[in-house]
Amino acid sequence: MQSIAEHDYGTPPPRWVNIGQSSSSAAAEAPLVSLNIDGVEVSVPQGTSVLRAAALNGINIPKLCATDQLDAFGSCRLCLVQIEGMKGYPASCTTPVAPGMKVTTQNDKLAALRRGVMELYISDHPLDCLTCPANGHCELQDMAGAVGLREVRYGYEGDNHVYAKLADGSVNARFVAKDESNPYFTFDPSKCIVCSRCVRACDEQQGTLALSIQGRGFDSKVSPSQNESFLDSECVSCGACVQACPTATLSENTLIAKGQAEHSIVTTCAYCGVGCSFRAEMKGEEVVRMVPDKDGQANHGHSCVKGRFAIGYATHPDRITKPMIRARTSDPWREVSWEEAIAYAASEFKRIQSRYGKGAIGGITSSRCSNEETYLVQKLVRAGFGNNNVDTCARVCHSPTGYGLRQTLGESAGTQNFDSVLQADVIMVIGANPTDGHPVFASLMKRRLREGAQLIVADPRRIDLVRSPHIEAAHHLKLKPGTNVALVNSLAHVIVTEGLVNEAFVRERCEQPAFEKWRKFVADARHAPEAMEAVTGVPAAELRAAARLYATGGNAAIYYGLGVTEHSQGSTMVMGIANLAMATGNIGREGVGVNPLRGQNNVQGSCDMGSFPHEFPGYRHVADEATRTQFEKAWGVSLLAEPGLRIPNMFESALDGDFKGLYIEGEDIAQSDPNTQHVTAALNAMECVVVQDLFLNESAKFAHVFLPGSSFLEKDGTFTNAERRIARVRRVMKPKAGYADWEITQLLANAMGYAMNYRHPSEIMDEIAALTPTFQGVSYARLDEMGSIQWPCNEQQPQGTPTMHVGEFVRGKGRFMITEYVPTHEKVNTRYPLILTTGRILSQYNVGAQTRRTENVAWHHEDRLEIHPSDAEARGIVENDWVGIASRAGETVLRAHLTDRVQPGVVYTTFHFPESGANVITTDNSDWATNCPEYKVTAVQVTRVSQPSQWQQRYRQFSERQAELLQARDSAVK
Amino acid sequence: MKKDQVIPIRPEPGSELPPAQLTAVRAALAQQQHRPGALLPVLHAVQDALGYVPAEAVPLIAWELNLSRAEVHGVISFYHYFRQEKPGRHVLQLCRAEACQAVCGATLEAHAQQCLGVGFHGTTADGALTLEPVYCLGNCALGPSVMIDGELRGRVSPERFDHIVAQARQTP
Repeated sequence: MQSIAEHDYGTPPPRWVNIGQSSSSAAAEAPLVSLNIDGVEVSVPQGTSVLRAAALNGINIPKLCATDQLDAFGSCRLCLVQIEGMKGYPASCTTPVAPGMKVTTQNDKLAALRRGVMELYISDHPLDCLTCPANGHCELQDMAGAVGLREVRYGYEGDNHVYAKLADGSVNARFVAKDESNPYFTFDPSKCIVCSRCVRACDEQQGTLALSIQGRGFDSKVSPSQNESFLDSECVSCGACVQACPTATLSENTLIAKGQAEHSIVTTCAYCGVGCSFRAEMKGEEVVRMVPDKDGQANHGHSCVKGRFAIGYATHPDRITKPMIRARTSDPWREVSWEEAIAYAASEFKRIQSRYGKGAIGGITSSRCSNEETYLVQKLVRAGFGNNNVDTCARVCHSPTGYGLRQTLGESAGTQNFDSVLQADVIMVIGANPTDGHPVFASLMKRRLREGAQLIVADPRRIDLVRSPHIEAAHHLKLKPGTNVALVNSLAHVIVTEGLVNEAFVRERCEQPAFEKWRKFVADARHAPEAMEAVTGVPAAELRAAARLYATGGNAAIYYGLGVTEHSQGSTMVMGIANLAMATGNIGREGVGVNPLRGQNNVQGSCDMGSFPHEFPGYRHVADEATRTQFEKAWGVSLLAEPGLRIPNMFESALDGDFKGLYIEGEDIAQSDPNTQHVTAALNAMECVVVQDLFLNESAKFAHVFLPGSSFLEKDGTFTNAERRIARVRRVMKPKAGYADWEITQLLANAMGYAMNYRHPSEIMDEIAALTPTFQGVSYARLDEMGSIQWPCNEQQPQGTPTMHVGEFVRGKGRFMITEYVPTHEKVNTRYPLILTTGRILSQYNVGAQTRRTENVAWHHEDRLEIHPSDAEARGIVENDWVGIASRAGETVLRAHLTDRVQPGVVYTTFHFPESGANVITTDNSDWATNCPEYKVTAVQVTRVSQPSQWQQRYRQFSERQAELLQARDSAVK
Repeated sequence: MKKDQVIPIRPEPGSELPPAQLTAVRAALAQQQHRPGALLPVLHAVQDALGYVPAEAVPLIAWELNLSRAEVHGVISFYHYFRQEKPGRHVLQLCRAEACQAVCGATLEAHAQQCLGVGFHGTTADGALTLEPVYCLGNCALGPSVMIDGELRGRVSPERFDHIVAQARQTP
């Protein structure tokens, strides 16, 4: 069922490709065509269908198989029209407009035809409208009304798909019972009209092609994979089919349970960095369903299983809704009033500062917080705590992106909007797994790949993009983990030595001396693919072919993820990628660029908001006098010119006894940061840990104050996605614990003695806009008006900036950086002969705090260790065996999954479940420039075991104890 | 959420096929998969080798042709020619098109179903014969027509039909 708030124009707008255009494709211009529909002169862009042209002008032609999310199909025969000079009754969905066309959409003949068609549909459809989940928003019902269907002459006694039993009482072989296997939606074939909208949605929109029409004629039936249940099939539960269905055949279970929503509020998904726009369809304060927003500029009406369905965590009984405190982490929690909790936290922080010094406390914000919340946390730390000890979880994911892109291009952000990929001819994916990590963008990318763009994948593992239905990488550079820089240098070597450099671009746009130095550096024979083959494991011929394709294949775009950044040379690799793009002139227009795929919803925003210890909002160093003065004036305090502690420094400092208090908002460092035992030791060494979160997460087990936070449904704010798109998060229900997170930070600031008096997050955004040049033109009013804005948005770019570095780089001239390959210290040896690398899976998100509390566990209920069959055989390991994974840092136990997705010598796991302890094994190694941890490379040994690791046993005991302490909380507060 | 509702990790494509069938499917793929639009030729080759297209072969065919399982299943189920169940030792196709009906095809049809004890698409209890309908064998001048294991027979009276069946039953 489509959104209750959207109008359907029948067919998509014509797609006009303006290659090389520097603005967004949304602004593309097409010549207009004039025609006459029902006596009205209308003008529409060339290529528009007659159906859409009519709908755009308020003339609604009946339709069933057409929707503006899918290409015209022409099967339902309801949208027939008459066109002067054309024979018969063409379907208006498949007929493009032509100049001077005269169209009649309604007359007696057409009415009779449509009624006849509807009569046939209804003759094989149940008449249980009043009790049907689609009631109130059923397109079939609407069309029956629109065509004036009054009787069905064929009766219901004959052959049908509707009834389990035939008229004579025998079993109806055609009847298929409901499929309720998917936890989120129900498939009821008895209501199906075989319009193929679900099949086409899966093919065109999602690109999984999990559905098909099986059989033919009256036997036709929608079949998930080989006529299996939805859950067993190839379906990835993105919900596109459910949204496309014009009847109740595919319905959300929440819709079935609750009935139609009564209002709808546009908001932004709080999962990955794609930042999909959703319409929260509401009944009062209850969410009936989340429907992807067709006007959403990042997702264009598409979604994935997380954003669409996995919101149950927001109302999960594990949510903690009352503040709690305790003196020691071995004490039971005590529920207290907000006043007491805030006063206690503030007094503890003040006590620590007076005893150990101003720098003994700090704050950690999160990429899951809104821009406004992050801004307030860093303001609290800088102005309220009086130090710069603020950091964010981007430290452990994309900090090298910020550093590397700033050094080379001048701005710490991706260069394109997502739609740009539709104009790419060559797509290079490095260290990213978009179909799992950024599924909605992956669908867009796959659409372009099906259209013929070429794909290069650089990844140690055979990710789905390498080969999945209708998608095949031209080159899979299966490198050894930790050799990214060697790989990128080899690619550059081929480009430079084979004369593939875009000399004109480099001459005009880049710093010449730096380029010459770089050219000489990469041209050195030691970077040749042949010389590096032994290091990277990538055959030289394959690498040369990939480099040539990237340099000469037309518009070439690079998309990369944490497989680039989470290395000891993460920053170097980011700069190497920027070098490649500059050398080939693949930057500064649509279809090209350097695009970091951000892991979490607001990684970009949290970095923009100055949550790093060395930077004010807008990436301006704290040492910069002018900027600091500006903030000092605005905030009415004097600010430190020295950068504060980064997250790993906080841990070190805590273990040294110098750092004693920490305010953590929305982040779970005890699970997500590397070398868990080191992290927990540091937390144990602190005297006051304040955790603000939805759940008693892993870090909260080491906390003294717990402040219950609010979910994205409970507050106003903005998120900034991976394409720099600032989009509104809107409150659809009141905070379960009473306060939105920004209000809690404000309470804490006031209690600490630094006054904050915001009445609404829009006031925080106004302050951000006033103090940050790139956000100058951003306000809630403009966001409401434009839907979303891509920063920079200022006087020069009042509409925002879809494509950056057009004409000139942000830093002026692009700067090539020398990227010497330095192998990681984390080396394999006889004791630790395998390399462990980590990643994520579609159905789970990050530390899993949200998705583990939803039905998504149906797809992934435990982390597994992927191991190559040859490595497994050498160790006597078979499928499902429990295996111990030991590194220099620690040991954990997981179940094995044998697969040739991983190469021999490499093992892989996800980190969504705390008891898996994936980060017990990862080490303290980190990026040389930004301290981003080297999650992706850990030398390990894997052995068959019969019991959980010691850490897991300790973890289990500790978690059980902490659960008891939570149970023991007294409810003194009434 | 019930534990048994959790979806297991999918087996590798083709791993559920018995070795002999796997060899046959692999051979069919090797022979045909490089042609443009290879799916139909591959399905024909598989059915020629095995007499049907086993469901367990679909994941391997889909993987090798870079299609989804749904797509392959959609094609197999669209064409009545492709069988999804193992047939009898012999396949007897009986023409139900207009020209044959005009020369007592319906009588032959009734006779066939009665004497074999199966309906269309059924296989006799002894596993000897599978009866299938076909719409025109192009032998209209000599109807009613049947085809046994790809061999055309015209002017098939009920007696001639019994003879064909008896012969088939005797051969392996």
